[in-house]
Amino acid sequence: MSEVIVVTSGKGGVGKTTTSANVGTGLAELGKSVVLIDADIGLRNLDVVMGLENRIVYNLVDVIEGNCRLKQALIKDKRHAGLFLMPAAQTRDKNCITPGQMVKLIDSLREQFDYIILDCPAGIEQGFQNAIAGADHAIVVTTPEVSAIRDADRIIGLLEANEIKKVDLVLNRLRQDLIRRGEMMTVDDVLDILGLPLLGVVPDDENVVIATNQGEPLVGKNSDAGQAFFNICKRLEGKEVPFKDFGKNVTIWTRFSGLFRRNLQEERA
Amino acid sequence: MSLFSIFKRKTSSQIAKDRLKILLISDRVNCSPEMMELIKNDIAQVISKYMQIDASSMEVQIAKTGTSARNGKKTPVLYANIPILDLRS
Repeated sequence: MSEVIVVTSGKGGVGKTTTSANVGTGLAELGKSVVLIDADIGLRNLDVVMGLENRIVYNLVDVIEGNCRLKQALIKDKRHAGLFLMPAAQTRDKNCITPGQMVKLIDSLREQFDYIILDCPAGIEQGFQNAIAGADHAIVVTTPEVSAIRDADRIIGLLEANEIKKVDLVLNRLRQDLIRRGEMMTVDDVLDILGLPLLGVVPDDENVVIATNQGEPLVGKNSDAGQAFFNICKRLEGKEVPFKDFGKNVTIWTRFSGLFRRNLQEERA
Repeated sequence: MSLFSIFKRKTSSQIAKDRLKILLISDRVNCSPEMMELIKNDIAQVISKYMQIDASSMEVQIAKTGTSARNGKKTPVLYANIPILDLRS
């Protein structure tokens, strides 16, 4: 039985597409058959992040409107045999399909794939409704910033209202240096506010920019973010992977005692 | 800056967390700022019957309560901060 996961956030630019690409690629690396669906009609980007932009002939809207067969719109990934992308239409808008059509499309893919991953557009309008329509499971991506967390909270409310029972959190772009100085909310702070089960914590990593430039997801590669995304995939597969410690808010007192300890060490040296 | 204020200074992450907690509660109960303003004006009117208050610096907001209500869930509370100018009306 396949699992349909929607990757959503409310706010734009927090890492939905990056998360979709990396989670999809990571699951394929673990031997699963995966289809990534770009549900952001009119502003498609999953194709460029995956490095498959030159192979697009047909898209999701073509399938729904009957311009092509389902198989013709599925682009095979360059590196992973079990990984496929269904791109969004670029010259149409989000209102050209309905949630009902989306559910039908997803149901026709269920037999063939272990995971169906939907990259949701930003916002809470029609595009969001289309993307979540057929989902069993939602991954809410957010960053430790006030605006992103507020939007995430709104999205969580809408997911509940649409009866998506399983909702997990991925906290993206954490900066350990800022957390230590008390200038960024900690993982616990965000969990306390949003009250969702934690699926993954992804540190801010320049390798994500490099990987996106190259059109190659970095999941599983030797970088902090690559490992974090791979851990998310393992957790989705039901494995227990401990969370890396991303630092606590350092109080004045611990800072002082830290200084004191450092001085002692220097004296000893 | 006095030594006291160094210790008392809130980190920006703490400020963010505090702001979000209040913001999300009013977001969740779907209470518009206009409605809050109406509630605030009505409360001010009623209290003014009995004592002289400073309506301009009065604060009304929805906040989370520490006490748990039925089925162990925290319920939001309406919190009002009304400065009294004179107790005799």
